[in-house]
Amino acid sequence: MSPLLIILVLTGYVGLLFLIAYYADQRAARGASLVKNPLIYALSLAVYCTAWTFYGSVGRAAESGIGFLPIYLGPVLFALLWWIVLRKIILISKSQRITSIVDFLSSRYGKSTWLGVLGTIVVVVGIIPYISIQLKAITFSLQHLTHGGKVPGQVWENLPVYLDPGLFVAVALALFSILFGARNLDPNERHEGLVAAIAFESIFKLAVFLTVGLFVTFGLYDGFGDLFRQAWQFEDIHALLDFEHAGIDSMNWFWLMLLSLFAVLLLPRQFHLAVVENTSVDHIGRAAWLFPLYLLLINVFVLPIAFAGKMLIPPEMAEPDLFVVDLPLLNGQGFLALLAVLGGFSAGTGMVIVSTIALSIMISNNMVVPLLLRTSTVREGWVDDLSKRLLGIRRISIAIVLLVAYAYFKWIGQRYTLVSVGLISFAAVAQFAPAVFIGLYWKRATRMGAMVGLALGFLTWFYTLLLPTLAEVHFMGVHIVESGPWGISWLRPDALFGLKGMDNITHAAFWSLLLNTGGVVLVSLYSRQNTLEISQADLFVEIYKYQTGSIDYDVMRRQATLQDVTLLLNRFLGEHRANTLLGSYSRTFSKDLSKETMADADLINYAETHLAGAIGAASAKLIMRTIAKEDPISLEEMFRILEQTQEFIRYSRELEHKSAELQQTTRQLRQANEQLKELDLLKADFITTVTHELRTPITSIKALSKILQENPDLPTQQRREFLGILVSESERISRLINQVLDLERTSVENAEWKIEPVELTQLIRHSSAGFRQQLEEKQIQLHLDLPDENVWVSASVDPLTQVFVNLLSNALKFCEAGKGVIHIGLDSGKDQVVAFVKDNGFGIDPKDQQTIFGQFVQVSNNERGKPTGSGLGLFISKRIVERYGGRIWVESVPGEGATFFISLDASAPA
Amino acid sequence: MGQIKSAKILLVDDEPNILVPIEFLMQQQGFEVRKAFSGQEALDILPGYKPDVVVLDVMMPGMDGFEVAKRIRKLPGLRHTRILFLTAKGAEEDRMKGYSTGGEVYMTKPFDNDELIQIVAEVLEFG
Repeated sequence: MSPLLIILVLTGYVGLLFLIAYYADQRAARGASLVKNPLIYALSLAVYCTAWTFYGSVGRAAESGIGFLPIYLGPVLFALLWWIVLRKIILISKSQRITSIVDFLSSRYGKSTWLGVLGTIVVVVGIIPYISIQLKAITFSLQHLTHGGKVPGQVWENLPVYLDPGLFVAVALALFSILFGARNLDPNERHEGLVAAIAFESIFKLAVFLTVGLFVTFGLYDGFGDLFRQAWQFEDIHALLDFEHAGIDSMNWFWLMLLSLFAVLLLPRQFHLAVVENTSVDHIGRAAWLFPLYLLLINVFVLPIAFAGKMLIPPEMAEPDLFVVDLPLLNGQGFLALLAVLGGFSAGTGMVIVSTIALSIMISNNMVVPLLLRTSTVREGWVDDLSKRLLGIRRISIAIVLLVAYAYFKWIGQRYTLVSVGLISFAAVAQFAPAVFIGLYWKRATRMGAMVGLALGFLTWFYTLLLPTLAEVHFMGVHIVESGPWGISWLRPDALFGLKGMDNITHAAFWSLLLNTGGVVLVSLYSRQNTLEISQADLFVEIYKYQTGSIDYDVMRRQATLQDVTLLLNRFLGEHRANTLLGSYSRTFSKDLSKETMADADLINYAETHLAGAIGAASAKLIMRTIAKEDPISLEEMFRILEQTQEFIRYSRELEHKSAELQQTTRQLRQANEQLKELDLLKADFITTVTHELRTPITSIKALSKILQENPDLPTQQRREFLGILVSESERISRLINQVLDLERTSVENAEWKIEPVELTQLIRHSSAGFRQQLEEKQIQLHLDLPDENVWVSASVDPLTQVFVNLLSNALKFCEAGKGVIHIGLDSGKDQVVAFVKDNGFGIDPKDQQTIFGQFVQVSNNERGKPTGSGLGLFISKRIVERYGGRIWVESVPGEGATFFISLDASAPA
Repeated sequence: MGQIKSAKILLVDDEPNILVPIEFLMQQQGFEVRKAFSGQEALDILPGYKPDVVVLDVMMPGMDGFEVAKRIRKLPGLRHTRILFLTAKGAEEDRMKGYSTGGEVYMTKPFDNDELIQIVAEVLEFG
């Protein structure tokens, strides 16, 4: 096929990609994004399927049957966990403005510069073989297309480098990548056009692969049944379907699945599209089944194509990695072959473009800029616009990465199959897994642990996987691989510590990940975190806590002039974007920046996160440090507090609870104390009153008895008068004593004071019976207006009897002899029973109607003198009635009599 | 002692049974005795009676003994009248010490008959 036509078609295809990207960017600028949906998100993740898948799966299948599958099974299994793991990573990355997998790692471990540098080296070195196989696949597919299949003599490989089409492919891809991803700086590293183009490529490569598959299965054969039936006749194909013959063991499958499981998230381009370019975490849900579905579809025709290639292409022409192109080509389907090349080109370019962009971001943000910033000369030379310089760094990075990849392909890669080289990269990227996943859930994982683990894993990987490929092309002595360095056999790269019987990938993955994980865990246990590490670990592990905004993350007590901050943003983001950011800041936090001269901690944090989007977290931190003053002591304290926030919150809640309890107790104690004091006062009062009441009769008794003693010859009448007084005063004393005892009885919490159903009519009759004689003497009438049926109340017999006795004797006292009429009656309701004692005596003055229920209150007036009694009767009655939950009160019109009421709870009969 | 023989005494207490023995004792000494059962009653009798000694209960309903004493001091023609308070012990006794309008003496209840006679005699003698 004419090279010119091929170049025209390829150029046209790339032009289409640019159109799609341009259109998507335009739509995004208008706010009508094309890519903000789960389908595009899932399709962009299918960048996982590169030329490796497009060509290499068939090649692998031709070699080892279903051995191509674990690379897809790992991601499918992992998709089940996306909602937990990927979602967490995305949320963290959004809040921290993470720009790459290395940035993620560096941020997690205290925004460490050196971890970023180490990580970048690991990724760049690790990915070079992977990029090289894309170059190889594209170049070889073009070679087959132009030469009509595999040509013995390896035409292009003998050309000098400057005429090698492979170099042109590399240069062209570098240009595409720069145009796609390094045209301008975006603080979020978001490229909607790129995502749209990648999604299109995913559709395109799948469609092409399915078309080729359909052609092979239904064009060259009569469907799957026919194809497999024929394949079964071949001894070597038959063997491929047998696990043991194909050299597949469960150990190998396990490690391949594990490596691919890590790769689908940790590969720079996967992380870039899955995390950095993610527009909404909600897309994960649908992508988690759409992406596996895509993997299933693209694998359906792998075995048919591989078997058909083995059957139809003569062994000397057979290049299994290119069966997809050769089968149509050798069967006269030139156009389909061209389409296949285009599909492979699509798969390869997608990977190369996204990978190199992601690598260039890492190289500039996590390696070059931090290192440049550490040298003072550059810091002083900040005068020019750094954002341009940053773009320059990225463009150069892309070019260098592709050239190195080309070199690897040119001198090393072409000796190996696509898959075996690709797996080397998978094993390299898997070295991030321990530090990333452990760091995601274990706060105590330290920067030192991550550094040691990553370094150990990387060195082991380099020694066991990359070194042998270098040795084979005589970069160094082959004897190192064959018999170990210095002839020490247990150091052989393919049988480390004497571990044999594994293929090289399994062997390398096992040792590197074991040493890596061990390094992370053990070193973390024996090293300390600095304050920034503590805070970052907390922010990562507890992202959901911070996500809800329950904790105010304001630990950076920093200050800088507003001018410096603005200048910095201008230099790194350009004036336009800097103004937009500051404007949105002042709107969001309603701060008028034009009136400020100093930038507060909030603004500095805001600026730093947005700068981190452009130049990485570690660089942004370093740059901010040059303009912002921070107080290391208070900062350290803040971090310690942050680390213990949870404990503090719990502790303070406990304290709050305790203090509330204490307050409650204090209140109760105070109340009890008040009551005691009151009681004390009452008691003192009471004693004073009682002694006074006692003193009066004693005084007269003492004086009169002395008179009687010293004057034996007193006239009989006088003697009788004196003796009468003696008797009545003695009675007064005994009455008083009895009532004090009564009072004592009502005030003591006496368990024997049982409240029970008491029949009231009977009780009233009993109470009044004792007054018959007094009533007759004073000629006072007593009427009992009681119902015939029984009336039950809650009370106790003796105390309640005393109440009625007290009320009756009061009524007697206040009634005039000969004229007095007393009524006792009751009114029985459903819940309450009200009894009353009514007299027609002097009545009670309104001002006294409340006080008469106090102790030692006696109502008297000048005309009548003092009534007999202690002044305790009503007081005692009140306490008794209240003890039953009842009430006692009086209604009276002075001169017309008084009525005392008692209300009590009605009760069921006993 | 002739002066004593002709002395006029006013007894004031709301408890009649306390006044009975005091009246007897004072009459036995040959004094002229009148009784009042409240502060107001005492003030009604005083201007016309002009006693030499008032035996005054402190704790009485209505007007208490201190109030009665204060009013006695304001009445004309009673400058020579001496007041003997009869108080209960305790808080009242303390108040008594703080009360000084001049010339008063006090006795606590229950009193001793001879002591009462003696004090009244002394008051009359040095009054």
